[in-house]
Amino acid sequence: MSEITIDLAGKPVREVNQLLHGPLAGIERVSVLNPDGSHNLAVGVDAPVRVDIHGHAGYYAGGMNKQADIVIHGSASTGVAENMMSGTVRVKGFASNGAGASAHGGLLIIEGDAGLRCAISLKGGDIVVGGNVGSFSAFMAQAGHLVVCGDAGDALGDSLYEAVLYVRGSIKSLGADARIEPMGEADLRTLGDLLGRAGLDHDPASFKRIASARALYHWNADANQEY
Amino acid sequence: MCGIVGLLVKREALRPRLGELMVPMLIGMTERGPDSAGLAVFGTPVEAARRKINLYSGLTAEGADFNWQALGHEVGGTFGGAATIEAHGNHAILTVDTAPAAVRHWIHEHHPRLHILSTGRSMDLYKDIGTPTEVSDRYDFQHLQGTHLVGHTRMATESAVTPDRAHPFTAGEDFCLVHNGSLSNPNGIRRMLEPRGIHFDTDNDTEAACRFLEWRLREGDDLPTALQKGFDELDGFYTFLMGTQDELALIRDPFACKPAVVAETDDYVAIASEFRSLAHLPDIKHANVFEPAPEAMYVWKA
Repeated sequence: MSEITIDLAGKPVREVNQLLHGPLAGIERVSVLNPDGSHNLAVGVDAPVRVDIHGHAGYYAGGMNKQADIVIHGSASTGVAENMMSGTVRVKGFASNGAGASAHGGLLIIEGDAGLRCAISLKGGDIVVGGNVGSFSAFMAQAGHLVVCGDAGDALGDSLYEAVLYVRGSIKSLGADARIEPMGEADLRTLGDLLGRAGLDHDPASFKRIASARALYHWNADANQEY
Repeated sequence: MCGIVGLLVKREALRPRLGELMVPMLIGMTERGPDSAGLAVFGTPVEAARRKINLYSGLTAEGADFNWQALGHEVGGTFGGAATIEAHGNHAILTVDTAPAAVRHWIHEHHPRLHILSTGRSMDLYKDIGTPTEVSDRYDFQHLQGTHLVGHTRMATESAVTPDRAHPFTAGEDFCLVHNGSLSNPNGIRRMLEPRGIHFDTDNDTEAACRFLEWRLREGDDLPTALQKGFDELDGFYTFLMGTQDELALIRDPFACKPAVVAETDDYVAIASEFRSLAHLPDIKHANVFEPAPEAMYVWKA
């Protein structure tokens, strides 16, 4: 197995991204030292490579990821794993706003808390948050799963489509058209699998299921804008 | 977009290094705010009866060649007492032992193009158009000393790029505020404050927030009470960082659209819009790094 280490101290992010976008020719693991909050670290990777970012990442780390397994040994700023297609992104610390926004596939694991608008417009990806999520999480989420092991903020799942949310802690408030539903056998299996892949041993039965009531799917002129 | 930085040192031994530690923070926020930069620095207060008036001559015909010594003599001659002036290009600190309101009025009358940056016992304020590097070099930020400071790099959205519309904004004495974001009701705030005799220097939205909060403090609110009224009255997007004689305070709007990150060690509290402005700080790898929550108040004592 071939491994390469890049120290980004005083160097542009392109040093890492051009390597990851080129022919990797047997390189299976890339370690990035001193990321120092740089933006766009390891974005647009389309290769089965392991990337370790040792420190705090800036905006959009692991964005558009395909196939790669990316681990951020620190916190991630806005838009981590935004529009991910496949592979995994794991954040060992906290993540800022818009984590996993519009991800189509893959698994995003945030071991700490996630900020506001986590999983906004999720399109099929899976997100497991070890801690809490901020307000407006899973806004207009269309497909995929958001698992929250801690608490959720205001307006969780507002205008939710077919994504399913599982929350272990408290929910400050649900958004329009989101509702708590009973956990079924399929939910327990799906959630057990996601928790297992995230390396968390919570009991799936301790979570609540939140899904769309589908009342907003069709315009109702009599609703008087109240949902 | 704009960049915010703040730094408070907890050990006396670090006070002489305040500027040196901060300059890379400010320059790190150049991409977020390349058109203007500024900062307010808090240090040992002058005697209780004295006031420091920070002045900017970049809008006068003489610019950086403004005759500051003559101004010092004029003020001394008019008001008596021991007026001193410490000038650096287009910036000067006039220290007086007269009621500062009278001196400020006299400056407005006799030197209307001179911009009064701030008044106070412990705060000095510098701001100008230019990149953060240019502004840092212009005023030798590297050698600033003190307990805490509040800095800003500006990418203007709500009003023109001019020195007086750069941040920090100040109101009253020893109070300043920097802002990343945009307010949607600054004119409503102005219409509420102006009949109360509160004068505005510019049409900038941030100035409305600054004058609103300072007005609340002057009316007797403590900082948390004033900030709570800010949450109630100020509408829009904001991360605000404020400085008082002995505090740094940070708040973010309920939607937290504008970023902030805090790093704290036994030696300092550092605040920036993004971590890349904190990455150079000593022992940062062991700092407690966190993102301040929306609608929460963070106040650090100097």
